[in-house]
Amino acid sequence: MLEPLLRVENLRVELPTRRGVLTAIDDISLAIAPGEVLGVVGESGAGKSLTGAAIIGLLEPPLRIAAGRITLAGRRIDKLPDEAMRRIRGREIGAIFQDPLTSLNPLYTIGRQLVETIRTHLDLSPAAARDRALALLAEVGIAGAETRINHYPHQFSGGMRQRVVIALAIAANPRLIIADEPTTALDVSIQAQIIAMLRRLCRDHGTAVMLVTHDMGVIAETAHRVAVMYAGRIVEIGEVAEIVAHPRHPYTRGLMDSIPRIGGRRQRLRQIDGAMPRLGAIPPGCPFSPRCPEVADRCRRQRPDLLPAIGTEAACWLYDKMLLPEKETLDG
Amino acid sequence: MAEPETLLHVEELHRSFDVSLPALERLLKGKKRATLKAVDGISFTMRRGETFALVGESGCGKSTVARLVVGLYRPSAGRVVFAGQELARLRSRKAAAPVRRRLQMIFQDPYASLNPRWRVKRIIAEPLRTHRLVASEAALRERVAELLLQVRLSPADGEKFPHEFSGGQRQRISIARALASNPEFLVCDEPTSALDVSVQAQILNLMKDLQRELGLTYLFISHNLAVIYQMSDRVGVMYLGRLVEIASAEQLFASPRHPYTRLLLDTIPSIEATAREREPVAGEVPNPIHPPSGCSFHPRCPFANDRCRRERPELINAGRTLVACHAVEEDRLPRARRYTVYETSIPQPQ
Repeated sequence: MLEPLLRVENLRVELPTRRGVLTAIDDISLAIAPGEVLGVVGESGAGKSLTGAAIIGLLEPPLRIAAGRITLAGRRIDKLPDEAMRRIRGREIGAIFQDPLTSLNPLYTIGRQLVETIRTHLDLSPAAARDRALALLAEVGIAGAETRINHYPHQFSGGMRQRVVIALAIAANPRLIIADEPTTALDVSIQAQIIAMLRRLCRDHGTAVMLVTHDMGVIAETAHRVAVMYAGRIVEIGEVAEIVAHPRHPYTRGLMDSIPRIGGRRQRLRQIDGAMPRLGAIPPGCPFSPRCPEVADRCRRQRPDLLPAIGTEAACWLYDKMLLPEKETLDG
Repeated sequence: MAEPETLLHVEELHRSFDVSLPALERLLKGKKRATLKAVDGISFTMRRGETFALVGESGCGKSTVARLVVGLYRPSAGRVVFAGQELARLRSRKAAAPVRRRLQMIFQDPYASLNPRWRVKRIIAEPLRTHRLVASEAALRERVAELLLQVRLSPADGEKFPHEFSGGQRQRISIARALASNPEFLVCDEPTSALDVSVQAQILNLMKDLQRELGLTYLFISHNLAVIYQMSDRVGVMYLGRLVEIASAEQLFASPRHPYTRLLLDTIPSIEATAREREPVAGEVPNPIHPPSGCSFHPRCPFANDRCRRERPELINAGRTLVACHAVEEDRLPRARRYTVYETSIPQPQ
């Protein structure tokens, strides 16, 4: 494996409230290599978007990083002053959010927004920046870039707007893109176009991508590896093909089983009873234990860390002391 | 029951919305009146006890059909006949009430469709009071408790407010409210689109169980084809206000006929196909205010010819499918990718 571009180690994000400090993200570690797409999947409230926000330094106060470290290409970025972080955003890390309307300024033409972003990060003349803007628009598949560059965001459809947002995100050739539900607001046929484009960018430029979504289908088609989050923790992480075919954590299994599929016998969907605990009410031990079909006494008392689990890593006591042949253990 | 009984009949349904600029602005800018044909001539029939699904991308008019069927909109033209009665002809509220009682709706957003200031018991009791379905306060309490149990909540939950519940639980409350008046027919407009997948599975299973227990008929609206595959007996595919294909769920997924149906099936991200290289179809749904001539799908259709650009196709019988496509009629479509589909195993209501 290539030297990771992004490394998150033992990250903890806390939310101080009047009734005490809640832990929104609890001790997560992950790494992304150049050219790799890491999917982060989980239900609403699992902490997947917060992880992305923590990495780009956009946690909304009072949320704060309480422990751990984040390094980008060997440089520590979680403790940088605001101004330094602002330079990294856009230049080194690009961001794509769910709703393209809120990422674009409605009062400026997209050309002006692109040129401004390019000139903030790259030392280019206005004319050269405009040329680059046109090239970017062509690259993200916007036809007639010469005319479209003078249009305002409201003159674009949802899918086209998301393309503009992606053009903005890659304007300065960042090495990492954080894409938070980039296709959720779009129709399936447009979704397919955007996914294909993200994959191409990743392949052609060696950009690392962290793809945050609740849609396992999107992850399966786009990502190389996937981290499954539950109640602020990573409960399983591994190769996509492995996790899709042989999920090891009982939560991942339940999640995969509850996805309706086309083809095959139509029967009752398998469901996980209950709901993910709220932040203030995460049970001790394994957070999934109250809903887990394989729960044991130990699960209610003691929190499992990620353990090698036949092809993936799962935070589950089922895999404790499991004797694995040497070749089946994965490196991080 | 010998012949399956027709419960709902929709005939040449149209609904347009005026989207013109205000009169003065129109005059100053020299613009004409503009209308949006959200639903442009739709006909279908539903049997008692079946689930008929409408699928399509945003803006195709599927939610407008839902609202027309329950009477939240009046049709611009055409008829909605429920159990032999035409809803739009029942002029007075009083005349419409007995029909309305039998026909209820579940909305997409369980956060917006419940009054945040009311306790759950009052929300669920509202239809009971409106339709005067219970004789006493005691009977009312009993019925509310029964409804809560029916959607797998506890009677004690009636004392709480909606904000105390998760999205899935709120959708259960919406279902309980819809069931309060003992309806036969439920219009479900994207009932699980706002929910996480594991919760979605709970709600879909609950809806299937209730259908079996109560003999309900569902008009099911969704953009998610996998959900539709799991839930429905028959499917109608909509594009720009028109039905382009109607078939049984098995038939539609095993051999989709219309090029748009094929596009939809090809673009669903598939869990089995990790890192599948696919050729996404270019183009988007055109602006419905200025729909394309002829077949409205022709600008995106790889099989379009001159006739498709000129002449609007009507639904024709093609084997076991109804499909509106000249290319199907002229038999010049290649075979589509097929899903392996088993004949129905959805439990039918007795």
